[in-house]
Amino acid sequence: MCLAIPGKIQSITEQLDDTFRVGKVSFGGIQKVVNLAMVPDAKVGDYVLVHVGVAISIVDEDEARTTFEYLKKIGEVDELNDDT
Amino acid sequence: MKYLSEYRNPELVQEYLAELRKLVTRPWTIMEICGGQTHSLVKNGIMDMLPQEITMVHGPGCPVCVTPLGIIDEAIYLAEKEGVILCSFGDMIRVPGSEKSLLEAKAAGADVRILYSPLEALKVAHDNPGKEVVFFAVGFETTAPANALSVVQAREMGIRNYSILASHVLVPPAMEAILSDPENKIDAFLAAGHVCTIMGVEEYIPVVDKYEVPIVVTGFEPVDLLQGILMAVTQLEKGEAKLENQYVRVVKREGNRLAKDTIREVFKVADRDWRGIGTIPVSGYEVGENYAEYDARKKFKLNLAPVGENSECIAGEILKGMKKPFECPNFGTKCKPEHPLGAPMVSSEGACAAYYHFAGVS
Ligand code: SF4
Repeated sequence: MCLAIPGKIQSITEQLDDTFRVGKVSFGGIQKVVNLAMVPDAKVGDYVLVHVGVAISIVDEDEARTTFEYLKKIGEVDELNDDT
Repeated sequence: MKYLSEYRNPELVQEYLAELRKLVTRPWTIMEICGGQTHSLVKNGIMDMLPQEITMVHGPGCPVCVTPLGIIDEAIYLAEKEGVILCSFGDMIRVPGSEKSLLEAKAAGADVRILYSPLEALKVAHDNPGKEVVFFAVGFETTAPANALSVVQAREMGIRNYSILASHVLVPPAMEAILSDPENKIDAFLAAGHVCTIMGVEEYIPVVDKYEVPIVVTGFEPVDLLQGILMAVTQLEKGEAKLENQYVRVVKREGNRLAKDTIREVFKVADRDWRGIGTIPVSGYEVGENYAEYDARKKFKLNLAPVGENSECIAGEILKGMKKPFECPNFGTKCKPEHPLGAPMVSSEGACAAYYHFAGVS
């Protein structure tokens, strides 16, 4: 549970004010609702590192892809599969 | 992007290893703090590739492993209380408490739910207005913003039947506790990249200065780890002690300011018990006064009698890097992932489970 997993912001689903935003993030096809309050500059199409449902930083696309592939290989993305 | 291929390609692994072999002139012991790094080192067989002189020891960086029995018992006590729904990350539910685990409590009828995020617990609270929902908020600094945010949002949304059982631990005080033990043999640390993504790197400078120990903030992929080890050994061989950042592509010097603000708003720093290690001063977060009504310990007036650790489990020595899992007499015999005696055998980030799953390492 300690690692952060990169995914791509698909859409912003809720926006209450400048910082309080929630979006859909895709992790290699698995979609999750993610809180974007800690990454106010992130836009749809950006990649973010997500830890337990909260995006903690923006990363570039290639970084995101290779990291995701690695995490998948070591079985760290399984925690995403209990889809909600 | 050029720099990416640099981090991932196997030739680079060979190159780092060759450089290490050239560089190293005497034995060095390096501790990686983060359980994710332990998992990666063991699973990828990196320790077998390193020059003999370099010994990697595994630190206490797995929140599951360092949560003391007493807090597991608190979670179980709450789960068994009438009208309570206890929500937890999946990793925690098999950890043995003094009598049973959350999983066993669940099997006996307690309402224990496994969630991916504390923010999902708010939905559970919203959908179950007649119940009290408690989130078992474990984690290092990486997880603290999410747990804090759940409390901030609960207040904003007017949700009152929600609270958290905070079991937060902090990396720098744990490093200090390990270093101030006269028996420690640690020459350098790899600090955890994702913890620093939140907190930044500056809080490690005092540790570097006080103990004259190199600290390299490092990622968790094999090439990251090897580069981090190389950076640490380079310093050691030169007789230097500096803070360096191997993981610059993710970790900024100042960390994530908004995340740190949210942590500060909700939590206060407090002394904390670490499994097998004992109390470490100012090494954890408790819910602060501002949010006292979301503190499960206050809400349910928790006051359980202290419990001793399981004497058969040497988790303390494992977590301080003094012994390797196979030096535990119960490793792989009385203690296996299916029947863990201690937390380091439960989580895939715990050193005992990592060694068990990827046997053949030494
Ligand atoms: S092998 Fe089991 S009993 Fe031994 S230290 Fe690890 S968790 Fe504890």
